[in-house]
Amino acid sequence: MNWQLMWDSLPRMLGGLSLTLQLILGSLALGALVAFAVALLRLSGNRLVERLATAYVFVFRGTPLLVQIFLVYYGLGQFEFIRESFLWPFLREPYWCAILALTLNTGAYTSEVLRGAILSVPQGQVEAARACGMSRALAFRRIVLPVAIRQMLPAYGNEVILMVKATSLASTITLMEVTGIARRMIAQTFAVFELFIVAGAIYLVLNFVATRLIKFAEWRLTPYLRVRA
Amino acid sequence: MGTAMTVAVAVSAFAFGILVGSLGASAKLSHSLALNVVADVYTTIVRGIPELLVIYLLFFGGSGVASSIAAAFGYDGRVDLNAFTIGVLAVGLISGAYSTEVIRGAVQSVPFGQIEAARACGMSRWLILRRVLVPQTLRFALPGLGNVWQLTLKDTALVSVTALAELMRVTHLAAGATRQPFLFYGTAAVLYLMLTTVSTALFNRAEISANRGVRRA
Repeated sequence: MNWQLMWDSLPRMLGGLSLTLQLILGSLALGALVAFAVALLRLSGNRLVERLATAYVFVFRGTPLLVQIFLVYYGLGQFEFIRESFLWPFLREPYWCAILALTLNTGAYTSEVLRGAILSVPQGQVEAARACGMSRALAFRRIVLPVAIRQMLPAYGNEVILMVKATSLASTITLMEVTGIARRMIAQTFAVFELFIVAGAIYLVLNFVATRLIKFAEWRLTPYLRVRA
Repeated sequence: MGTAMTVAVAVSAFAFGILVGSLGASAKLSHSLALNVVADVYTTIVRGIPELLVIYLLFFGGSGVASSIAAAFGYDGRVDLNAFTIGVLAVGLISGAYSTEVIRGAVQSVPFGQIEAARACGMSRWLILRRVLVPQTLRFALPGLGNVWQLTLKDTALVSVTALAELMRVTHLAAGATRQPFLFYGTAAVLYLMLTTVSTALFNRAEISANRGVRRA
């Protein structure tokens, strides 16, 4: 075990941390928007729209993320009209391709989590809200959504952990985040285990923090479950 | 051809994962503190770090470890693991960590009264394991194992970084050679979709057959 090398590699690995964090936070934020829209579409009641949303979720949950990333990064450039469109300056960059692929992927998974949570809100609560004179939109905003978000947190925590790990795939399209740096340093030094441990520890810490944050959010949103002192 | 290799890697890794998972679950449920800790560390670490890192670890470090294990048994010389073995080991170890949790949960949901009853009927420990615990565990574990299978199948795409000629690697080469990446990655996506759809159907049937003795509400 080469402790000196492990210690020396830490600053370089942490240099990739900012990119990893950008990928995680960017795709989670955008993915939440996608998930919200898709979940609403799936519950909209319009047959055609529901089909489309279901197909999107089916495709993105049924194929490996690596395929999705390559499809966006290598695949989209094949088309003339995309290369000439205003989107090309973004889609040419591996950074935005990674964000796009991760967003679409997490959007599909999260929309299912959110849909399940919305469906699990007791119908009686919606009826009561309606009986109080709330409009459909108001009842959704004040009653259904808060309850659903609280309900979905444990499952969403799993999704966050998956996303932390999924950002490592961005290294396959030349992005130098933590895994990318680890791989390059392994190729340079052949100190496989030392560098693996350092990179692995960074991800473990990230996941630990993520689970704590979700736990905290859960605690904040369920005051009625706390044992009164 | 690539698809066949993908299925081969996925099936071998899944089987290896179930083996590891059974061992891990027995370790977690045993009364030995040391075994509990080892199994806990294994599942926490493997489930907490990216799959790609685990594959890099075995890809770059696997042959070295295999060589030193072989040296301990008195074989000198270098043992080179081929890409298939590395892929199966890596994906199997990942799959095993998830299987451990699934199997542990399933074992724990077998009602303890059934085991007491079997013991009262005079069954030996081995017979109880074979006739009561395993069939019941299988029934409870199948839905969870179905999820693990889907994860395993999709994780095999990552093995393409070791240049093993599975579906993803073949696609990558073809896309590069023909300059039609969208077409080829699109085809790969469709093939993966077919694999996941077919296996979902198979797992549904397995679940029905494992539950055939259970009365439905």
